Amino acid sequence: MSDIAKRVILTIPMYPDMELAAAKTASVLAELMDFGEGEVEEIQLAIIETCINAFEHSKSDDQEVHIEFLLMADELQFKVTDRGVGISTDTLDGSRVLGSPSVHTDLRKRGRGLQIIRSLMDEVDIESSPNGTTVSVKKKKRG
Amino acid sequence: MNKFDIQIREDGEHAVIETAGYLNDALGEQLADKAKELIGNGYTQLVINLEKTTLINSIGISILIEIIEALHEREGALNFCGLSATQERTFRMMALAKYAGIFPDEESAIANL
Repeated sequence: MSDIAKRVILTIPMYPDMELAAAKTASVLAELMDFGEGEVEEIQLAIIETCINAFEHSKSDDQEVHIEFLLMADELQFKVTDRGVGISTDTLDGSRVLGSPSVHTDLRKRGRGLQIIRSLMDEVDIESSPNGTTVSVKKKKRG
Repeated sequence: MNKFDIQIREDGEHAVIETAGYLNDALGEQLADKAKELIGNGYTQLVINLEKTTLINSIGISILIEIIEALHEREGALNFCGLSATQERTFRMMALAKYAGIFPDEESAIANL
């Protein structure tokens, strides 16, 4: 693959399981870039969680998620954007939706999506305003 | 087994639940219902085989936590098997591995209940 970034644009509706369309696209692109099998699965899971966050929290009128993939020489980037009401970082982190501890204090019920994304990807940035939210993610190739 | 499916194998004091497909809210709720039914029938030693489960999202993980908690209330045990490396890493990060065992295959998961 050349050093010039290739761009792939995908728009999905906020229907159940449509995050799998984003995951399938990410999988094809990551395999094209020769990411390892485990890394491809990590990228799939990260984009699934990013889309689910948009589905659950954006309250957007158009009910769409816009995804931009950038294929760089040594990393895959994707941006997931909704045109919703925006969201606070603490909600994305889950701290606002966890409630009181259950049987185990570190077994939480909800809101671990961003924690998963951050653990699997190299960089995660969130920009949010009352006009929408964009989550930008980078995954570098190993070796 | 279908692309999206749950199979149950009951054997004496333990039961194995095998899932296939994408473990999201829909499959997760079915899994939780099956697990609660087994627990209600007295099975407190469970194995969940995820070998044919291609992807598990955070909602699916939350439902697995609910099953762990339900078993904990009955002083039961749960072991997972058949996880991919990414799934195992995610389970450890989410602290599931503190309260449930993770084994490479069904045989060892049953043996270590």
